[in-house]
Amino acid sequence: MNKKMLSLPYLFWCAAFIIIPLCMVVYYGLTDKTGAFTLANIAAIATAEHSKALWFSLLLSLAGTIICLLLAYPLAMILSGMKVSQHSFIVLIFILPMWMNFLLRTMAWETLLEKNGIINTVLRFLHLPSLNIINTPSAIILGMVYNFLPFMVLPIYNALTKIDPNVVNAAKDLGAGSIQTFLRIIFPLSLPGVISGITMVFVPALTTFVISTLLGGSKILLIGNVIEQEFTQTGNWHLGSGLSIVLMIFILLNMVLSAIFDKEGEGATL
Amino acid sequence: MKNVLVNLEHISKTYDNHMVLDDLNLYIRENEFLTLLGPSGCGKTTTLRILGGFEQPDTGKVIFDGADITCLPANKRPLNTVFQKYALFTHMNIAENIAFGLKIKNKTKDYINDKIKYALKLVNLDGYEKRMPDSLSGGQQQRIAIARAIVNEPRLLLLDEPLGALDLKLRQDMQYELIRLKNELGITFIYVTHDQEEALTMSDTIVVMNQGYIQQIGSPERIYNEPENAFVADFIGDSNIIGGTMIQDRLVEILGARFACVDEGFGQNKPVDVVIRPEDVELVKPEAGTIQGVVSHIIFKGVHYEMEVQASGFEWLVHSTRMFPVGTPVGIQVEPFNIQIMNKPESEDEEAVKTDE
Repeated sequence: MNKKMLSLPYLFWCAAFIIIPLCMVVYYGLTDKTGAFTLANIAAIATAEHSKALWFSLLLSLAGTIICLLLAYPLAMILSGMKVSQHSFIVLIFILPMWMNFLLRTMAWETLLEKNGIINTVLRFLHLPSLNIINTPSAIILGMVYNFLPFMVLPIYNALTKIDPNVVNAAKDLGAGSIQTFLRIIFPLSLPGVISGITMVFVPALTTFVISTLLGGSKILLIGNVIEQEFTQTGNWHLGSGLSIVLMIFILLNMVLSAIFDKEGEGATL
Repeated sequence: MKNVLVNLEHISKTYDNHMVLDDLNLYIRENEFLTLLGPSGCGKTTTLRILGGFEQPDTGKVIFDGADITCLPANKRPLNTVFQKYALFTHMNIAENIAFGLKIKNKTKDYINDKIKYALKLVNLDGYEKRMPDSLSGGQQQRIAIARAIVNEPRLLLLDEPLGALDLKLRQDMQYELIRLKNELGITFIYVTHDQEEALTMSDTIVVMNQGYIQQIGSPERIYNEPENAFVADFIGDSNIIGGTMIQDRLVEILGARFACVDEGFGQNKPVDVVIRPEDVELVKPEAGTIQGVVSHIIFKGVHYEMEVQASGFEWLVHSTRMFPVGTPVGIQVEPFNIQIMNKPESEDEEAVKTDE
């Protein structure tokens, strides 16, 4: 039997659930209610409300990504320096939260952060000032970091473990101190992992509407929420699709950037 | 005699309760090509890593040109290393790789560019500045690794089995290149290998190691012709090692026959180990030999025939350009100066352990 036949089920899946819906989004995005071609749905991003939501989404997902990177890199360095028997246990601890449902985890944060939630109860018991970050951008960033951190740790960890220890030794041998060795050798060599980590955190953070709904309350609208509302509440599929296309452009930009840096496909090893 | 450049004093190193080096003492003279030779796990690479500053000895001192550098980190040591698998920086091109050490030392651009040109010429890779390491063959990458080390003008170059990953022909070419480099640069080389032929070809001095102990130190000729114990004899080249008895000065008995030899001072009726190199065994007519035997096996090796001769219950390994078909009765004769007598090892510390390599 032709081996190509084996890919048929996937190709069918791909067509039915990815390509056709994508075409439909593009079709809806570029037409109005009468079915005539229009760019108005895409241009709608320029309205104050929409551009503010997009800007805010970019800002929060960028902040979340940077915090993830700052937390994940040192952790990945520590993990990659460990013996195999130790690190598999620690990796497990970091992966463990992913075994729980994403929605549940985020709702758990909601109850933790509430005005009379667990954290504030404990703080009050200790006579410490209470923490009022629920329904603020900080809570959304916290949710993003919490949910997406493992996706940053693993590609960086992968890239770091691939570095031959003798390459690091060679840098030291040639006179480089610890900081120079890190800046000139270790970090550049781990860059593919960093880039794919950034992609894997930034893209879901940019499009999320669950985290902003649960932890941001109804006050903060991210572009994901706007699009969701167009589909589920207003029922304007054309506008929702048009905004989705705009968002897709940002995601594609990110993908192109990572493809340029991630030539060896570190992200694919995850 | 040239000055002593490096002195290793009473170096010991243990990994997970396994003694890798036990009270190692060794000195290296300036401008010497010294090879640490031994089977894997003999401690040769650990010795090199201690010299390079990548490992700390548990006890002992590393003295470099009179100064104690035992605690000096690798990046402050006046020496450079060529690693086993080249360890080139794959994200930098060849010029950037070679310039790495010089940039760290804040040399001027002109100086660095001159040095890159000079180093590439030295390793016969002119014009490779802009290439990436991955686009080079193993032999070329190895030469870049050497160039990257020598531009820093180290007084001592450490080489950790640098030719191990290359094929035979390339390895032989690189051996000559290394000898040429050493002579042109006047740098002291410490070379680690498990390949006895490599060691014999290149070294001024060979240090044969096994199980964390130095077995013998000497020139290639001395190591080959006068091995001090059965381990050295067995590890360096092929050899017939036969238990025997020293009857008196210049007369040894092996396998029930008496052979004249040139060694003296072992005492009378002392048990000894006798080494006879296969190329020193002469096959003659049965009646003319000291011992008689029968050829049991023959292989053509190109330069010579390798034969096995069963004689007096011992399987003699014989290299000869003359062919004796299997089953031929032959006599065995050995010139007195080709018989090397060794004391039997007295203790574990001085051991002559056989390895599976």
